[in-house]
Amino acid sequence: MKTNPDYFPMTTLATRFVNQLAQCRRLGLKVHEASEHHVLLELPYNEALIGYPDTGVLHGGVITTLMDTGSGCAVVCAIKEKFGTLEISPTLDLRVDYMKPAQPHKPIFGMAECYRLSSSVAFTRAIAYQDSVDDPIAHAVGSFMRISPEMIGDNFRKALMGEEAQHD
Amino acid sequence: MTEPKQPLTDVKTLVARVTETNDFADLIAHVPYAKFIGMQVNRFGDELVFQLPANDDNIGNPVLPALHGGVIAGFMEMSAIIQLMVFMQTSKVPKVVDFSIDYLRAGYHKDSFAECHITRQGRRVANVHIECWQTSRKQLIATARAHFLIE
Repeated sequence: MKTNPDYFPMTTLATRFVNQLAQCRRLGLKVHEASEHHVLLELPYNEALIGYPDTGVLHGGVITTLMDTGSGCAVVCAIKEKFGTLEISPTLDLRVDYMKPAQPHKPIFGMAECYRLSSSVAFTRAIAYQDSVDDPIAHAVGSFMRISPEMIGDNFRKALMGEEAQHD
Repeated sequence: MTEPKQPLTDVKTLVARVTETNDFADLIAHVPYAKFIGMQVNRFGDELVFQLPANDDNIGNPVLPALHGGVIAGFMEMSAIIQLMVFMQTSKVPKVVDFSIDYLRAGYHKDSFAECHITRQGRRVANVHIECWQTSRKQLIATARAHFLIE
């Protein structure tokens, strides 16, 4: 799958964000596209992540990590677009409903959106799927707390902004 | 007479063996994800306390640094699965139906612990409540509730 970054200007920011998280690097999470409205992630199949040895189906915890990362990333993008600031919002709660098991040996996609951004809380929803977004593996809803942009730290800010940070 | 080592696909035998020997390493090894995050099981009498040792690969927030919320959730979910396997002597790994987690405070880069309560077990579905803490059991970092399909 290839996407044109011109259509989804936040893809670079989202990619840098996800690559900063050690667990996401370990999972091999990849950002396909990101805008102020949504983030699309891909989780490659990996036998080390199996939760059901009889069938080779991945563990629910991996799907939760995919949903949490996608939703958190969508919040970062939404805040950047609306307020022009970088914030990392900790998860307040997350509920994941599993519709059906993911097929082994195929990647799982996570599509997340921040559908409401208030002054102190961001609300998200996400879908995990393989072949089609209309045939979901799991649904998730979450809420994230907004914290001050100062909490992000200089190193992390630089890591997210890349070269642009030097012009601030 | 002790049984010879069973093939790992026979979950029922495996669960019976780890319950008897109190050595949960085989059960952890049976589920790759449990090994991936590096979790362990401790047993005190009839109680199981699950442990997730500090591990650089489980970091989500590099600023604090703090555990990835998804790893905390995965650890708690796997704890509930093992609790169900051991206390119900299941013949298959229980399947998660839904999982709902509340994050109460940041999970720092140190050992985490979890404890599970099977709130209700029916014939097909079990409801489990999970608590997770680090330095003090009175200061939980997360609570969760989940439903599992059992057989």
